[in-house]
Amino acid sequence: MASEEISTIVEKVGSSKGGLISILEEIQAKYSYLPEDALRAVAEETGRSLVDIYGVATFYRAFSLKPRGKHLISVCLGTACHVRGGPAIAEEIERQLGIKGGETTSDNEFTLETVNCLGACALGPVVVADGHYFSKMKISMVKGILDKVRVGLDRVEIDTDQRVFPLEVSCARCNHSLLDARNVIDGHPSIRITVSFGNKHGWFCLSSLYGSYEVSSEYDIPTDTIVNVFCPHCHAELIGGAKCGECGAPMVPMIVRGGGVVQICSRRGCKGHLLDLGGAASE
Amino acid sequence: MVTLYINGLKVSVEKGTTLLEAAQFLGFPIPTLCHMEGLSPYGACRLCVVEIGEGPRAKLVSSCTYPVEEGLKVRTASSRVIRARKMVLELLLASCPQSKIIQDLAAAHDIRKQRFRQEYEDCILCGLCVRMCEEQMMAKAIGFRGRGQNRSLGTPFDMNSDVCRQCGGCMYVCPACSLRCTYTEPEKAICGGCANLSPPCLEKEEFDDMMCYMQPCVACEIKKN
Repeated sequence: MASEEISTIVEKVGSSKGGLISILEEIQAKYSYLPEDALRAVAEETGRSLVDIYGVATFYRAFSLKPRGKHLISVCLGTACHVRGGPAIAEEIERQLGIKGGETTSDNEFTLETVNCLGACALGPVVVADGHYFSKMKISMVKGILDKVRVGLDRVEIDTDQRVFPLEVSCARCNHSLLDARNVIDGHPSIRITVSFGNKHGWFCLSSLYGSYEVSSEYDIPTDTIVNVFCPHCHAELIGGAKCGECGAPMVPMIVRGGGVVQICSRRGCKGHLLDLGGAASE
Repeated sequence: MVTLYINGLKVSVEKGTTLLEAAQFLGFPIPTLCHMEGLSPYGACRLCVVEIGEGPRAKLVSSCTYPVEEGLKVRTASSRVIRARKMVLELLLASCPQSKIIQDLAAAHDIRKQRFRQEYEDCILCGLCVRMCEEQMMAKAIGFRGRGQNRSLGTPFDMNSDVCRQCGGCMYVCPACSLRCTYTEPEKAICGGCANLSPPCLEKEEFDDMMCYMQPCVACEIKKN
C-alpha cells in the first residue's frame, strides 16, 4: 500500500469535509475494498480522525472493509424484488457459487452481496453483475449470467451493443477512402492501412466499428511495438502532432466522412483513441 | 430575552436556551439519559420529550435539542408526555435491563412490568461517551460504527486506539456500562477500564454490603495478576 497513491487521490478530490466519500470511493475503485492502511493514510492526509472515517466506511453498504472478488454480484432484496422472488434468485446464486451473501469465493472470483433496493423496482427481481443490470430475473437465468460474468461482461458484443457504430474514414492527404470492402471485419468493411515496423512492411486491417478492437494483418505485430502508418493510396505517412493520452505514443489521424477526425494510438495493444466529430455530431 | 409558557407559567429566558435548560432552571424535572452539561445536545434517548403547541397542533419534541421560541406553550408532564416517556423507558429497559441507571429511572416512573423481550444489550447508543471523548477529552478515540441494527460503539477496527489516553471518561458517563469489561481483554481495551476507578470489592473490608456487578469482576482479575 503506497501512501503516495492515497495522497494523490486526496489531492485530486480535495480534503474538504464533503470530499471524504469521494476519496473512499476512489480508494475502493482502486483496491476493490478499503484496506486498513489506506484508511489510516486518509486520516493522516486529510487531518480527520480515524473514528470519523471508519464510521463513514462502515455506514455505507457500498464500502467494504474486506477484500472483494474480481466480480461483484448484487442481488436486490428490496420489497418489490422480494415479493417477485428475489430471495429465490439469491439462494440460487448462493448455491451455484457456494457462498453466502456478503462472502467472497475462495478463488477470489466472485463476491456476492444482497442490497436493499436498487431503485429499479418495476424491473424486479434485479441482479447487478459488475455494473450491468439484469432485470426480471429467473432462476434459470442465473447460470448463464454467472458464465458471462466469468468471461467478462465488458467485452463488446458487436451484434447487440448500441455503443458500437461503423466509421467511414479517409486519408487526410489524398482523401481516398481507407475502407476495404473485400476484407470484412465484424460484418463491416475494414479500415485498410499500411504499417511498417522494424524492417517489415505490410497491410493492416482494423474494424471500422467504433468500440471494437478486432484487427487482422499481414504480419503479426508484437504487443507494444510502435508502428508507422501509411495511406495505401498516396503512401503518405498518417501522422499528426498528437500523443496518446494512455501511453504517449504518436497518434494516427484519419478523416471521418461527414466531418471530424478519429485518432488511434500507434502502439500495438494500446487502446488509446480519440474521436472528434467536430460539428458533425450535432447534425 | 424570549418569553414562553412552561406548564402555564410565564417565563423569560435568554435566547438560545433549550427547553430542557429552561425547565430545569425553573425546577420542572425532566428525566434525561443522553444529556450532560458541557456536552453538545444529541437527542438520542428521547426521555426528555415534552409537548409543545396547543390543541390538534400539539406535538412531542425532545426538549434537550429544542431552542426556546417566543410565546411557545410547553407542557413537561402532560399525560401524553408521561405515556411517551414510559414507553421509551420500557424499551430502554428491555434493551439494557441490567443498567442501574435505567432501572432507577423506570422505578421512578412507576414501571412495574416488563412487556418487551429483554435483549441484554450493553449499549443504548446514547452517544455520551463519543461526545465525552471528542468534546471534553479532545481525543476522538471512539465512535459509532455501522448503521441500523449493526450500529455499535468502539474504536476503529476494534483495536487499541493510538489517540486514546485511557482516561476512563467514556465509562464514567456511560449509563449502560458497555465499555467497562473490556479491561479483561487488554488488546481490545478502549480505556483503563476499572483500573482507573476503584471497584467496590477492593474495599470490601470497609464496605461490607457492597458487591461488584461486573462479570467477570475486574477487581478480582487485577488482584489475580
